[in-house]
Amino acid sequence: MTIEPNPRPLGQDAALSVRNLTLNLPEGMERSHAVSQISFDLVPGKILCIIGESGSGKSITANAIMGLLPFSIRISEGSIYVGTTEIQSMNPAALRDMRGRKVSMIFQDPLSALNPLMTVGDQIVEVMSAHGVGTKAERKSRAVELLKEVGLPEPTTMYRQYPFRLSGGQRQRVMIAMALALEPGILIADEPTTALDVTTQAQILTLIKDIQHRKNMSVVFITHDFGVVAEIADNVVVMEKGKIVEQGDADTVLKTPFHPYTKHLIAAVPHIIGQDRTPHVARSDTPILRVRNLVKTYRSGSRMFGTERVVKAVQGASFDLLPGRTLGVVGESGSGKSSMGRLLVKLIESDGGEIFFEGTDIAPMSEAEFRPLRPRIQMIFQDPFASLNPRSTIGQILTVGPCAHGMSFSKAKAEALALLTEVGLDPGAFDRYPHEFSGGQRQRVGIARALMFKPRLLVADESVSALDVSIQAQILELLDRIQRETGVSMVFITHDLRVASQISDEIAVMQKGRIVEMGPPSQIFLNPQSDYTRELVAAIPGEKAAA
Amino acid sequence: MLPFLLNRLWQSFILLIIVSIIGFTILNLIPGGPLSQYALDPGMTAADLERLKEQMGLNRPLPIQYLDWAWRMLHGDWGTSYRDGAPVTEVIGRHIFATFILMGSSMAISIAIGTWIGIRGATHRYSLFDYTATVGAMVALSIPTFWFGLVSIYIFALKLGWFPAGNMYTIGDETVLGYLHHLILPSLVLSLVHVAVWSRYMRTATLDVIHQDFVKTARAKGVREKRVLMKHVVGNALLPMITLAGMQLPQLLSGALVTETVFTWPGMGRLFLDSLSYSDYPVVMGLLMLSAILTLLGNLIADIVVSMVDPRIRLA
Repeated sequence: MTIEPNPRPLGQDAALSVRNLTLNLPEGMERSHAVSQISFDLVPGKILCIIGESGSGKSITANAIMGLLPFSIRISEGSIYVGTTEIQSMNPAALRDMRGRKVSMIFQDPLSALNPLMTVGDQIVEVMSAHGVGTKAERKSRAVELLKEVGLPEPTTMYRQYPFRLSGGQRQRVMIAMALALEPGILIADEPTTALDVTTQAQILTLIKDIQHRKNMSVVFITHDFGVVAEIADNVVVMEKGKIVEQGDADTVLKTPFHPYTKHLIAAVPHIIGQDRTPHVARSDTPILRVRNLVKTYRSGSRMFGTERVVKAVQGASFDLLPGRTLGVVGESGSGKSSMGRLLVKLIESDGGEIFFEGTDIAPMSEAEFRPLRPRIQMIFQDPFASLNPRSTIGQILTVGPCAHGMSFSKAKAEALALLTEVGLDPGAFDRYPHEFSGGQRQRVGIARALMFKPRLLVADESVSALDVSIQAQILELLDRIQRETGVSMVFITHDLRVASQISDEIAVMQKGRIVEMGPPSQIFLNPQSDYTRELVAAIPGEKAAA
Repeated sequence: MLPFLLNRLWQSFILLIIVSIIGFTILNLIPGGPLSQYALDPGMTAADLERLKEQMGLNRPLPIQYLDWAWRMLHGDWGTSYRDGAPVTEVIGRHIFATFILMGSSMAISIAIGTWIGIRGATHRYSLFDYTATVGAMVALSIPTFWFGLVSIYIFALKLGWFPAGNMYTIGDETVLGYLHHLILPSLVLSLVHVAVWSRYMRTATLDVIHQDFVKTARAKGVREKRVLMKHVVGNALLPMITLAGMQLPQLLSGALVTETVFTWPGMGRLFLDSLSYSDYPVVMGLLMLSAILTLLGNLIADIVVSMVDPRIRLA
């Protein structure tokens, strides 16, 4: 069902028009079209957000506009106009000339989008030399100017740096500088902030908005996050499974969406809940987990040769967790939150401090001493694709652990089947392989695997971060239900404060290895005590209107 | 960098000692021994043999023999050949040039052609070219070199008479052209295998890079396809190849046993085989140590080159 209220003629004044575009997928894929019959216009000087979940066809649309489709995918119908030029009619040389000069693009992952062997300056200069613009000296001074424009410190030093020296946010600024080099009229940004921390995301969004405004550029901004849409979009296109289900100006779509899918997506966006969670019946007031002055320091290099590098990942963290409660641990990358999760399940050894689990200090235990306790502390991992062995059936994945701890296979199988139903999967999944399942379903398998041991403590490390928002909401609901039913305690590690606000009874904010603030969601989000928490909360996209 | 180098040199030294002990032990486990050659002489009596044994120091316990050899080695004395009484270094010196010419030319050919085939196979993946190259590489790797050698001698030397069937030069004609004429056939036969290996590695390395985001970035910038390929793809794909090249360095001087034998090429491979059959311990040990040193050196050089080329290592 294509929603096209009044099929418009080619927008003469549009910076970019897509008309009835259909992209065929090679045979044997899930569906026959990557996108089907999509039409939209990019109004000059405006930001158009294309939003959709993974597999909706939003990125492939961006690649089609750049003329960068993979060989296996072809435009089978419809057209793309940049200004008034139809890009299918352009020969490869003309297309190449258009890229970077008229339309430029920035990508999702700034860590892999820059050539590791070239300096930042050389990569910016390359845009100009590829199009034969300027002399050598002019290009260089222009590159330095651009680095300054995107807000990078010490542009002349930056010019000579290699990408690996830069943080994710800085690299994304370099990408933006590169995209702006020839002052193109159109910028296509493919999820440019998805891989970034929330505070960095806020800065990059401001930068893009700022530059768009200053240069009167037209921007296509691809995202899966309605919070980001609320932050920057003038117009919105909502895509589902290769079709546009709704489009219009941002205000209308956000406030009065008419298509059920849009409504569903908007409803699924996690919002900050300033209210505290109704506590589950605590079975006792004795904490199940008591952590005191936990320390973890990573060392690399050699002390003897003076090349030792020391990273203090966790510096004296202390907290209590009551039975049946959830502690959210939030922080930016490098804050030490994942290290802390791994310390709790003893995947890495601590360098100091105590971890009292049900009254016993597990920190100094050897692997052999701790093994009998392992079933009681389980972990749910981040990547639902990498954390399941692709050559084992779901049944093997679920039963191998309990069998290793002495359960009979028939009993383990019976429990596995019951748990599969419990986490919302068909018991028939038992004999199937991980690749047959979607990301959300795999994460359910991951949860079932952890629950096989009837654990008292679950450590979930970014367990919903790789999932689409609607799936994210379902998994959070599942975890909440399991906690209410089994009374399991949870340490929920996430970089997304909105997610943390939904599932946590208490939230610990980590920065550079320390817990800088700890309290119930009402305190963290409505009345933050530390500057850092305030900064984090302010950076959450799309929450200003709600606050 | 300096601490890294010292560390590596220290490790290499330990490894050399281990290699020499293993080599020395295995060599002495081989039945026969250096005296079996003399024993063939009908005029030799048991007492003569015993005296010889004592002269050569072979009657001493094995550990002592080893320590004696190692001590001399540390002082630069590689020993003398049992076969012709010449110093080991001199014996090796007589053969090393032949091997260097043969292996050097064959490796230069195979690196150039292999790199090209690898890149083209990756950029035209699953094309006719790619399939042909893949099948060709499998054929070259699975058929033994001596077969290629014999077939090429049969066709190009015996039937067509284009090239000589063996040796490094014709006595009486020691011009550069004469050498080259003799070099072509063995060098090409050796290249077959090396091209196959090199092109497979290069194809994989290129494929690893070609789908990376920064290649897409380069295209999105409007960079010409040729430059995208050469600067961004190949530049990065060559990094792992440096390590491979380092690992192949010892072959440059240690020679090719089979090819040298088939083409009666007077190189290190032939020397090794001959010395082994004579139980010429000093020469065999010398060759073993030389190739061990070259292996370690090749790896070290590769690591140094990689760290100079890759800013992530150079500046870290």
